[in-house]
Amino acid sequence: MTDEIINLTAFDGAALDRAFATLEHQARTAAASLSTEADVEAFRLQWLGRKQGRLNDVSSRWLKSAPPEAKKALGLRFNALKVVVEGLLDSATGAGPTDAALAAEAIDITLPGTRRLTGAEHPITKTLNELSGIFAALGYSIGVGPEVETDFYNFESMNFPPGHPARDTQDTLVVANQERRPLRDRLLLRTHTSPVQMRTMESQPPPVRIVIPGKVHRNDAQDATHSPIFHQVEGLCVDKNITFSDLKGTLDHAMKALFGSSVKTRFFPSFFPFTEPSADVQISCIFCGGKGCRKCKHSGWIELLGCGMVDPAVFAFAAEKQPGYDPKKISGFAFGMGVERIAMMKYGISEIGSLYAGDMRFLGQFA
Amino acid sequence: MKILTKWLRAYLPALSVSDAQLAEDLTLRGIAVEGTFDLGPRNGTLFEMDITTNRVDAMNHYGVAREAAAIYGLSLPSLEFALPTAEKGKTPYPVRIEAEDACGRFTARVLRNVTIAESRDWFPGAEIATYFALIEQKKISNAVDATNFAWLAMGQPTHVFDLDKLEGGIVVRRARKGEKLKTLDGVERVLDSEDLIVADHAKPVGLAGVMGGWDTMITAGTKNVLIEAAWFEPMAVRKTARRYGLHTDASHRFERGADFHGGPVASNLVAKILLASGGHIEGDLVDVRVSAFECRTAQREPISLALSEVHRLLGQTIDPAGITASTVEKVLSALGCQLAAASPESWRVTLPSWRLDLEREIDLIEEVARVYGYNGFANTLPAFGEGVRTLPWAASESTVRTTLLSAGFHEAIGSTFCSAAEAALTAPQPGLVVPLGNPLSEEAGVLRPSLVPSMLSMISGNLHRDVADVRLFELGTVFSGTTDKVEERPAVAFGAAGSLPEQSPLHPARTIDLHDIKGAVEQILGRFQSRSVYFDRFEPDAGLMPLWLHPYRSARVVVDGSTVGWFGQLHPREAAARKLKESVLIGELYLDRIYQHPLRKTVARDISRFQPVRRDFSLVLDKSVSWEKIDQALAALEIPELVDWRVREVFREARLGANDYALLLGTTFQAPDRTLREEDLQSFQARVVAAVGEAGARLRT
Repeated sequence: MTDEIINLTAFDGAALDRAFATLEHQARTAAASLSTEADVEAFRLQWLGRKQGRLNDVSSRWLKSAPPEAKKALGLRFNALKVVVEGLLDSATGAGPTDAALAAEAIDITLPGTRRLTGAEHPITKTLNELSGIFAALGYSIGVGPEVETDFYNFESMNFPPGHPARDTQDTLVVANQERRPLRDRLLLRTHTSPVQMRTMESQPPPVRIVIPGKVHRNDAQDATHSPIFHQVEGLCVDKNITFSDLKGTLDHAMKALFGSSVKTRFFPSFFPFTEPSADVQISCIFCGGKGCRKCKHSGWIELLGCGMVDPAVFAFAAEKQPGYDPKKISGFAFGMGVERIAMMKYGISEIGSLYAGDMRFLGQFA
Repeated sequence: MKILTKWLRAYLPALSVSDAQLAEDLTLRGIAVEGTFDLGPRNGTLFEMDITTNRVDAMNHYGVAREAAAIYGLSLPSLEFALPTAEKGKTPYPVRIEAEDACGRFTARVLRNVTIAESRDWFPGAEIATYFALIEQKKISNAVDATNFAWLAMGQPTHVFDLDKLEGGIVVRRARKGEKLKTLDGVERVLDSEDLIVADHAKPVGLAGVMGGWDTMITAGTKNVLIEAAWFEPMAVRKTARRYGLHTDASHRFERGADFHGGPVASNLVAKILLASGGHIEGDLVDVRVSAFECRTAQREPISLALSEVHRLLGQTIDPAGITASTVEKVLSALGCQLAAASPESWRVTLPSWRLDLEREIDLIEEVARVYGYNGFANTLPAFGEGVRTLPWAASESTVRTTLLSAGFHEAIGSTFCSAAEAALTAPQPGLVVPLGNPLSEEAGVLRPSLVPSMLSMISGNLHRDVADVRLFELGTVFSGTTDKVEERPAVAFGAAGSLPEQSPLHPARTIDLHDIKGAVEQILGRFQSRSVYFDRFEPDAGLMPLWLHPYRSARVVVDGSTVGWFGQLHPREAAARKLKESVLIGELYLDRIYQHPLRKTVARDISRFQPVRRDFSLVLDKSVSWEKIDQALAALEIPELVDWRVREVFREARLGANDYALLLGTTFQAPDRTLREEDLQSFQARVVAAVGEAGARLRT
């Protein structure tokens, strides 16, 4: 606006070039500072407006004073400049606001983002699901049963002899007022998920492949690694020709799936009333890879589960309702593991009690 | 239990492996060495053992030596000691077993003119001073130490009486009610008629298999002794031990089954040790047996074992040679079985008297696997069975869990138990609460009838630890019924306090409120198919509201006419009782009822291509008119083009009367097949205004 229109005195090519270069420079300078839409409109009116437009002004003034032979060259140059100015206008319109305008809108992107907090699945649920998933891939369905059980399902049918120490109220939580009932009907809080093995076999003939995740209770004092409430996953596989080496292979596979393919397993004899032969299974220490550390008491091994071939006496109980469980024709294995122990190992939890305290700070870590 | 390798090596001079290797080999065969302690040069190692309860036979040095002999194929010498010739007695010492149901064998040996002295290493096989020092067993006197030595050597309990304090002879019988016995621990006990005792002709002299009597014990002045080595029935011993809270080495062994033939061997060992300080034997060993027990223990019928069964149950070994007939014969013979071939690959197996845990073919198969070594078996997988079935409610449970997780609630697991008072407060069916017979504590006296007590305790725990923002849920089992029949149902509880689950540096935090909880409940229920879902509450004096909820800030949740749960603000009385200043929101849903509804299946509708039209209505209502009435009035219009309506805002204003409130109603009209014309909209609007007017709302002017 403030640029004066140059009075053109010479109309040779060089003079025209100089004059048009000045005009173009003016146009470009003006275009560079366009930021708002209003600026762009003002630019358009200033340069291309039909009434006050600078190009019109200049062309009419210069053409008037130009000698006839220069008019053509002048006209060509005006057309070229018009294209340039239109181009500047186009890019100003498309380019949106200027950098300066944008800079004024700067935001501190180092401030933390807004988080819609989602809840965390409990580490026990996570572990249970992981275990169930591993065994589902091996063809195992989920089996469930009640948390309040009878002595029959919890002990008798699992081949615990009468008077076995586990049947003592020092070890088992019992429902009140059971003394007058026959031993096998007495109600108690299941001490393991094994009763579901019997309930499942009673309800279906072989073959059976189930895993049993569930909550169990014992009359234990709470300490860093023991709790009266805990969870187990047990498994049962019954079919023709199920062998001890199948048990070994199954658990070796499961432990590798759970802890990584470099984990090794080893089996050694143990004793459970409901399996024979019975075994305890150790895995190579997942913390030190078997070299020996504080966590594995420098042995390189961590004891993780109990298992064995289903005792024929257990099949005999099942056969009372399902004659297919004839230990001469079928065989099977069972295994069981403490979910807390696995979860504590996997997630570095040091106090079992923190799993049941509902502390937001603890649980939030698993989100 | 402690084992000295020095002692083991005395039984197995040919044992060539190191103590460390021995520990590992024993452990891998179920004779677990838990810890090893180097005792210094020439003293070997002390093994801390952890032996399973079925293997009492191996809870002593000779028993562990037998296992080692089986592992390494060594021969194990007998423990029998030759005794000097007896001087003739007048008559055999009188011994009678009256309780033939509880005592299987009783041996008595009389020694005269013995000298009670300090123990030392008496002869090879009786290095008492050396072994006791290494194993840290206190020495008392040669008589007591001899019985302890026999116990540590072979696990057979024995007892030595001062013969001169015994009157008449020995009778093994049940106690007479009210009889008294002062036991070796100095406690005077009044006996029960079920107690199995060793008595003389005048008085009880010992709790059979548990502990001897004070008055007949060995003293420095003892001259003549009677050595008892017996076999008692496990249950009889366990009952007596339990009744008096006694757990002794002897009761431990008898409760788990002793060796029927162990008595004479142990008796000889004790006698030989005592005689090393002088004295002589009088008469033969008195040995009274009950044949019924002998048949059930030492004289059991042989059992059959087939190699094919071994293979059928154990499967493949890593070594292609596998388990052969000769493997079976070697292993079982080393453990004390006698095998008679019934056919080339099957046997009749006579069982050793010390292995009462062996009864069946499977027990022998286990022994073969155990001694062969579990880790010698291959890792194989069974053939695939059948298809995997999912639990009918698995998807529903997972839906509830994911909905609450995505609403920002952490999953918790609470106690299965609560106090009787908490149960009374929260039980949906009052009175149907199941008490425990031996609760962990009074606060955990009953099975929880509701998940609310554990939820409350977890919420309080957080708030008391200054964790102000709490959002928890628990999926668990609730219990109802009686001590005769307990019913279990799945439920979900949720609780919240503090702010919404949003963390922002730029937006102010908002306190979570009842309608946030309601939203979560609606989202859960929205995932299930139902005809109707509504929320209501009852007047407090109707007595139908749960006691734990604020009577005016809580709701019942009803799906298809059935109550599926409750939620709301914790009753201020309960909050105060738990010292909670914050407003706590809490609720519980009965999942068994919700799971009766199938999960909603999405059937996608076409989205209309035609322009929706939004119209807002600013309404004024009397505060007695709830949104539900407006909602129902609009639903009743059944205008297909009225595709959505909702409350945009609710507010009170001073300009309105004290009893009025304002509500901004948003509506959306849209047709699937055409653009709505102005006349249509005019008509719809008029009907909306009329309907809400009917329901008690007036248009704001």
